[in-house]
This record gives sequence, C-alpha cells and structure tokens, in this order.
Amino acid sequence: MTRRERTKLDLSSLWRGLTRPDNAGTDRVVPPTGFTAQLTVFAAAAMAFLAVFALALALATGRLAERWSSELAQSMTIRVSAPPEQIDDQTVTVMEVLKTTPGVASSRLLADPEVEKLLEPWFGPDVPVEALPVPRLIEVTENRDGLDAEALRLRLEGEAPGAVLDDHTGWRAPLVAAASRLRLLGLFSLVLIGAASAAMITLAAKASLAANGQVIKVLRLIGARDITIATAFVRRFTRRAAAGAALGTLLGMAAIWALPAVDEAGGFLTGLGFQGASWFWPLLIPVAAAAIGFAATRAAALRMLGEVR
Amino acid sequence: MQNLSFGYSGSEPLLTDLSLTLQPGSFHFLTGPSGSGKTTFLRLCYADLLPSSGRMSAFGEDVATLDRDRIAALRRRVGVVHQDTQFLDHLPVAENIALPQIVAGQAVDMQSISDLLSWVQLSQASRALPPELSGGERQRAALARAVIMSPDVIIADEPTGNLDWDMSMRLLELLIELNHSGKSVLFATHDLNLIRAAKQHVQARVLRIAGRRLQLAGADL
Repeated sequence: MTRRERTKLDLSSLWRGLTRPDNAGTDRVVPPTGFTAQLTVFAAAAMAFLAVFALALALATGRLAERWSSELAQSMTIRVSAPPEQIDDQTVTVMEVLKTTPGVASSRLLADPEVEKLLEPWFGPDVPVEALPVPRLIEVTENRDGLDAEALRLRLEGEAPGAVLDDHTGWRAPLVAAASRLRLLGLFSLVLIGAASAAMITLAAKASLAANGQVIKVLRLIGARDITIATAFVRRFTRRAAAGAALGTLLGMAAIWALPAVDEAGGFLTGLGFQGASWFWPLLIPVAAAAIGFAATRAAALRMLGEVR
Repeated sequence: MQNLSFGYSGSEPLLTDLSLTLQPGSFHFLTGPSGSGKTTFLRLCYADLLPSSGRMSAFGEDVATLDRDRIAALRRRVGVVHQDTQFLDHLPVAENIALPQIVAGQAVDMQSISDLLSWVQLSQASRALPPELSGGERQRAALARAVIMSPDVIIADEPTGNLDWDMSMRLLELLIELNHSGKSVLFATHDLNLIRAAKQHVQARVLRIAGRRLQLAGADL
C-alpha cells in the first residue's frame, strides 16, 4: 500500500464512513465476535469508570490547592497563651496592637463556642472551655497591601509575650505542594488510562483483523475498496469503545454523586467530586474513548490491508 | 497481456513471454498439468499478482499503474469462481451472493438475488450458511456471486475439480449460458472430457500452459 493510498484512508474519509448510515449493511461483512466484543465493551467501561475518578481527583485537588494557596494566604492566627490572671490583659493588648498595625484588614477574637467547636474533634462535644487552660485565638485578615508578619511578631514579643503569630506558612506550603502533586498524579493517571485503553483496543482490533484475514481477502477479491473494509472494522470498534466508555462514565458519575456532601462531614475526602460546570468534564470521556478506538482500529486496519493486495 | 513473465520472489520464472487478448464474448479454456501455473495466470488476470515483466492490461488500463481503488473497480468487472470457494461463513447464501453489491455500496436488488438463486437452482438454500452446502452447491453459489455485478469477464479456476460429472456439466451449462449472453469466459480445467463436451455447445479456444509458455491447443480437443 503506497503512501498516497494510505492517505485515502484519512480521518475525514473514515469519519464520513463512520457517521453515514450503513444502509447497504456493510458492517455485517465483519463476523460477530461475541465474547471478545463483550470484553472490549467491559474493558472500555472499566477504564472510563477509573478515568472518572482520576478526573474527579485532579479537579478536587486542583480546587484544594487553589483554596489553600489563595484563601489561607490572606489569613493568620494569633494564639495567646498566658497564666489565667494575665490572659485577658494580653488579649486586649494584642487587639490594640492589631488596630495600629498596617496591613490588617480585620481582627476577631474567637468566641468560646467557636473554640469549643475547634476542640471538639479531640475532646468531644460540650467541652468546658472555661475550665481548661485553652489559649485565646485571634483571627487576623490581611488587606490587599499585606502585612509585615516579622515586624508584627517582634512587636507582639515586646508587648504581649504570650502571643504567638501563626501565618500558616509552616503547614500550608507542604499541603499546597501535596495537593498540586495529587492533581498532577490525577492528570497523569488520565493519560495512563487513555494509553492503556488505546493499547487494549489496538490489541482487540488487531486480533479481530488477524482472525478475519480470510474475510478481508474475500472482500478485496470481490471488489471491496480499502475504505469500505476499514470502515466496517473501525465503526464496530469505535462504537464498542464509545458504548463501553459511556456506561463506565455514567456509573463513575453516579458513584461520585453518591459520595457524602462536603457539608455533611467536612473532611478532605468529601471534597472529591465535581462541582457546577465541572460535571460536564466526564462527559468527554466517551468521546475520547471513541477517538482512541477510531485511531487504534484505523492503524490496525491499515497494517492488515497492506498485507492483502 | 503482452510478453508477460512472472516468477514468485526467489524462485525461477513460472511463466514467460505470455501474450493473449481476450475478446468480448469469447470463451477460453485453460489447461495444463498441475503446478504449470494456471492459477497464477488467472491471478495475474484479476490483478491479484503483478507481472515480473511485460504488460498486463484490463479494459484498456495497464494493471501495474492502477491504485488499490481502481483494482477494486477492476475486480467488480471480473467475476471470479475459485476451486476452493471462499465465502463469509457467518452470512447466509443469499447475502454472500449479494456481497459484491453490498461492498460496492449499491442497494441490494432482492429480485436479482432471487433470480440468480433460481438460475443456479439454490432457491431452497438461500437462508443456509455456506458450510451447510455441498461442494456442487458452493460452486453454483460462487458462480451466482461472480455474476451479480454483471461483469464483463468470468474467470473460473478449476470450479469442477471437486464435482461429479453431472454437477460439472451443470456448472458448464451455466457458464455457456453466460457466454451466450455476451460475457467473456476464461475457464481453467484439466478435465479434457469436459472441454470436449463444451465444444459441442460453444465456440471455445483451448489454451495450454506447458514449459512456462502459453500455447494454443491443437485439434486433438
């Protein structure tokens, strides 16, 4: 088969063959493959199911990294730990200091019920905050100009020795890095799933074409054009890949939908899902699977037809 | 074909210096001992093989210059009946006969299929699968498939090799009928009795491949 002849099996010709109704019943020239066909559909469905989760992971970690890096970067916490007779004075001092510190948009002393809620995971409900030597917590929000954390830290050291400024960078940076890495892993998994799907469909298509070598030879002898033969195989495998992937995608989306809502548990894993318009992203998976099936079968058909005159 | 030679790669030439023109409406028998190159000669005729040297033309076109689509178009004008009839075993006989129309993207003419099945006396087997047919039925089905596109030339490669005398005569009669309707027929066989019987009904030339060359057989036939 010459280069010029290979180009006759170009994508647009095959696409036309694929989308045009098969009134002549050309698809029937390819023998039914029964169990092999079911395996292809199953494998495509399994890959699509996994792809939905990889996509959800990539999107969720992306959101998490975004939130941790932007929202938390605007906030700081001041923890006031002092003997009971000094803690009120030092808290007042800190609030005064904050009022005169450039870059502070707002500051707020967390009320006892809020502190109680923060401690609840460790001490259980109804913890008597007032009976425990619990530090006072002050939430500080930066304005757009930003504040000089080091200067504030030195000032607090002088005026309220029990106050410690936590600008979250210590724990935020590795979390942001982890979330970004997880997003990368999710995207890499998607690429791997796509490549594995292509390999699987190529193997199935090659096996089918090899098993039907005699059929292809007969079809050529009675005057079938390459495009007619290739379309019959490409159509079959593209449809199988798309149908399997559609099924797997729907199941994957249903599984994601059934995960607990963020509000219910509030943990990290509950954020693993799609939000708003991102629910449309998984719908691209069957389209991608069909494209992979199309390309993989076309390549296998080209090789096989090249061996038959 | 003009001064055509052919040899499989790495082997001695099997056919050398062949020249022949098939006139429209002619009937040719092709004989020769087994292994003399009859099937190779026929494969050259429907562009399944290309000559090593010389020129092979079909319907005014040099076969060596045809691309794969034009080879496909050429094969739609040449009906071939093989000794080992090749069918798609998952399709019923009627659909196998309709295959050339199907792959050409034409609407299947059910009346033509029905007429052809009746002509080759296979009406009762239209829904049968090819493996369920006898040797004679398979050859007749192959002939029906070969003529469904109303080709200009019918090439039959030892179609009676596995058939008894009566069935061979029946197939021969069908080919003679086709010839009388204007088709050119090239019929490879080593059954000289069949050739003698045919010559009582049709004006046929007998070609023989011997010593790698094509000869016109003498009056002994």
